Amino acid sequence: MIRPAAGIGLRHPHLALFAAEASDAPLRAPWLEIHSENFLCDGGPRLAMLDAIAARYLISCHGVGLSLGSAEGLDPEHLRRLKTLFDRTQPKLISEHLAWSVTDGTYLNDLLPLPYNDETLNTVARNVETAQSTFGQKILIENPSAYISFPASTMSEPEFLAHLVARTGCGLLLDVNNVYVSAHNNGIDAQDYLNTIPGDAVGEIHLAGHSVAAHGNDPFLIDTHSAKVCDDVWGLYAQTIARIGPRPTLIEWDLEIPELHILLGEAAKAQNLLDLNP
Amino acid sequence: MIPLRDLQLLFRNAVLGPGDGSLRAHVRSSGSIADRIAVYRNTVQGSLVEALAAAFPATQRIVGDAFFASLARRFIANAPPRRPQLSTYGSDFPAFIAISDVHQQLPYLADVARLEWVRGEAYFAADAPPFDAAFLVAASDDIETLRLDPHPAVRLIRSQFPIYRIWEVNQPDIIDIPRVDMKVGEDVLVSRPRDHVITRLITSADAVFVEAVYAGKRLGEAAEAALTYNAAHDLQNALAQHFVKGTFRDMRRAT
Repeated sequence: MIRPAAGIGLRHPHLALFAAEASDAPLRAPWLEIHSENFLCDGGPRLAMLDAIAARYLISCHGVGLSLGSAEGLDPEHLRRLKTLFDRTQPKLISEHLAWSVTDGTYLNDLLPLPYNDETLNTVARNVETAQSTFGQKILIENPSAYISFPASTMSEPEFLAHLVARTGCGLLLDVNNVYVSAHNNGIDAQDYLNTIPGDAVGEIHLAGHSVAAHGNDPFLIDTHSAKVCDDVWGLYAQTIARIGPRPTLIEWDLEIPELHILLGEAAKAQNLLDLNP
Repeated sequence: MIPLRDLQLLFRNAVLGPGDGSLRAHVRSSGSIADRIAVYRNTVQGSLVEALAAAFPATQRIVGDAFFASLARRFIANAPPRRPQLSTYGSDFPAFIAISDVHQQLPYLADVARLEWVRGEAYFAADAPPFDAAFLVAASDDIETLRLDPHPAVRLIRSQFPIYRIWEVNQPDIIDIPRVDMKVGEDVLVSRPRDHVITRLITSADAVFVEAVYAGKRLGEAAEAALTYNAAHDLQNALAQHFVKGTFRDMRRAT
């Protein structure tokens, strides 16, 4: 388990810095999250740095390529490679997205949206069960950011996630920024959404920054992970942990990655809010 | 209601291709559907172009950013990734360059791309201790009968173009740009004995030697092949370099 403290996403520009720390140096963060797919190589310096970091830090493995929403099921080879990484790194949390990226054997490098209906629920539940039995561990499922919705949907995203939790025993990774972005883009109420998420299932929270699409008279939000967390998202986060209690919380920053102290400053802000909800 | 599998195929065509005609009927948006789908298309195509640019920086430098992006986009439409692991995407890009129209003007470009690709392979390859030359001293009585195994990170690229020099002058930190004789072919050996990828020019005789060893020949036979290629080949020095730079892993004795 990871205690409900604020960690950061570990990205390439900071990898060498963490790997070179002395074994008795104070930890810079209570826990770190990696993108699993960046470490599926056979060997080399990147994996060696991860080994050094995992020897000191609690690690969470966050996947971006398993494609739990694929109608065709999961790629057994990819599952096997992930299992090898998890055996090596011993992550305390494993997470993936309520999204898809693989169809007809083609990998589209994005987290694409799903219609929420019985067919999708059966598909995702089957895939989550396959993943959990392969990894021998519960996984957390993250709510996606979306720019569109589907007429084929018959239930809301929180309803869909609640069904998925009940069916598979999976947990949830609640991305507050994604809720904010999707709610804005698809005309739903972010507070309603957050109030209907089953709080007991939430094992981790993500916070990130987004951008505003600048063209036309349709100012929608794009989930870029390229900026500080905005004030509205901080507000929703504070309300959420007041309702469900503190959870391990991660600052994600994937593009235009800043210096480490800025990232740690965002984590300190999250930690202050967590400390108000012991 | 459209089955999930069919919806995902329509989505794939909309994000890999230029149009979203058949997807539109199945999605909803408070704003422009085309603008919204374009976000997905830009993310998918843009991130793959970036992944290729990261794997092939000298290739990109040679043709320029705009041309590289258009070449990459054609490649992505032809051969999108099959695995959700971007470090493995691009192995077929050099072959794609070799059959594209740019090959006429820049016939060496595909080989430069091959060199860049194998440098990436070397970086991510399995680790193994390089062959320890100290062992040779103990075995010196029958050195000619030894067979050596390739190190998992080693790659040999043989080209009819001076690809090492072309690659070298297209590094970001280059200061003096030497004249490059485009008629001279070059052989490049890439290795990673420990943390750092080594990229070095070797002689053709040495390349013949390495190929022979990797084909399972005894050291004596490989040396003979190299000396047949060039009687003046400095075998001692070349072998010492192979031991220092991790061309070989462990060793077995010939039976």
